[in-house]
Amino acid sequence: MSAEQETAAPQPKPPLQVLYCEVCTFPPEYCEFGSSLSKCKEWLKDEYPDLYDRYYSEEALQAKMGTMSMEQQTKLEQDAAKKEAKAEAKADAAKKKKLASQVLIKRIQRQKNKYVTAIHGLEAFDIDLKKAAKLFAQTFATGSSVTKNPQGQDEIVVQGDVSDEVLDMIREEKGVLKGVPEANVELIEEKKKKGS
Amino acid sequence: MGRLSAIPLEYAHLRSPSTESRVMFKKFQPSTDISGQTAVKSSVQRSIRAGILSNWKIDSDTFESIWPKKENITLVKCRDHISIYALHGVPLFFQHFEGPFYPTLRLLHKYPFVLPTVRVDRGAIRFLLAGAHMMCPGFTSKGGSLPPAEEALPAETPVAILAEGKEHAIAIGITKLSTEDIKKVNKGVGVEVVTHLGDDLWALQKV
Ligand SMILES: [Zn+2]
Repeated sequence: MSAEQETAAPQPKPPLQVLYCEVCTFPPEYCEFGSSLSKCKEWLKDEYPDLYDRYYSEEALQAKMGTMSMEQQTKLEQDAAKKEAKAEAKADAAKKKKLASQVLIKRIQRQKNKYVTAIHGLEAFDIDLKKAAKLFAQTFATGSSVTKNPQGQDEIVVQGDVSDEVLDMIREEKGVLKGVPEANVELIEEKKKKGS
Repeated sequence: MGRLSAIPLEYAHLRSPSTESRVMFKKFQPSTDISGQTAVKSSVQRSIRAGILSNWKIDSDTFESIWPKKENITLVKCRDHISIYALHGVPLFFQHFEGPFYPTLRLLHKYPFVLPTVRVDRGAIRFLLAGAHMMCPGFTSKGGSLPPAEEALPAETPVAILAEGKEHAIAIGITKLSTEDIKKVNKGVGVEVVTHLGDDLWALQKV
């Protein structure tokens, strides 16, 4: 790549604010290539009617074909329909998977008499982790926060051994802790690995 | 960190065919493919900053607003020698082995001028989004475009890939041939895609 430097501007150039589709996350001009076109269109029509006209009006559709042949365009539309059906099937599967997700409550020994309780997997049941952490903090009057495990996944870490109590709260669907079937919760113990 | 502009020869043997021929963030699963996050030494941060400033088309004031000097970036180590660099949990740029630094597509959307551009025709879009590398004819057909001869890009140049009729970049890639050769040869892979709309890096909005 050429290493040419542009003459230093005295002011930073402001970032472009690109709109992203709330349904498929693409810039709306690319929704037609995603797997949720009809939902994307609905969203855009409601939220940005002017953009909707720009992308989906009769003229826009004509212009959009660009250098593509009629045949290619038809293929594209068929693909879009197929993709959408596939995505719906996938969403169904995701729902099933959710019902099969595990919540792990880990009792972890940090020092001889010091334990923490890590709760992993609540987000699979659409539970807001921050709110849940706050609920634990209030309930146990102790430190409780959302942290990342080494895999970069969020989990809640509560100071102290409160694993049984957390299990009870999930069972009783306290506060935000709703919708986790009891059978999907597992209590485990993690021994301290190295001396400190 | 030595040369930052291209994958140095001494690493060429490390690029296994399997990682080279596939799109980097296909079947990339954060839960298993991220091995950890670490702080970056300030001397290394300085050298990354210098490398980016000399390779991207960006002035230091604008880059300062993306990554302020007083802020520390985090290295997110991934499988296959992919390094993602994040600021406050937001991925900003990434690197494969000691190769060039690529902005994430979301960062490129904010600052579209940082990379030179090439354009594929509409017919190529669905292949690109399915994870294919881009063949020369996609750029040389009527709907595609390449820089004119006087602004030709050499092989191994990171580029923003635009698409016919679209305003925003669809992908980021690296030229496998010079843009003049893409025009001349007009067959085979012209640009390898490193990240595209909807891939697993696109999905990784926070680390
Ligand atoms: Zn969409």
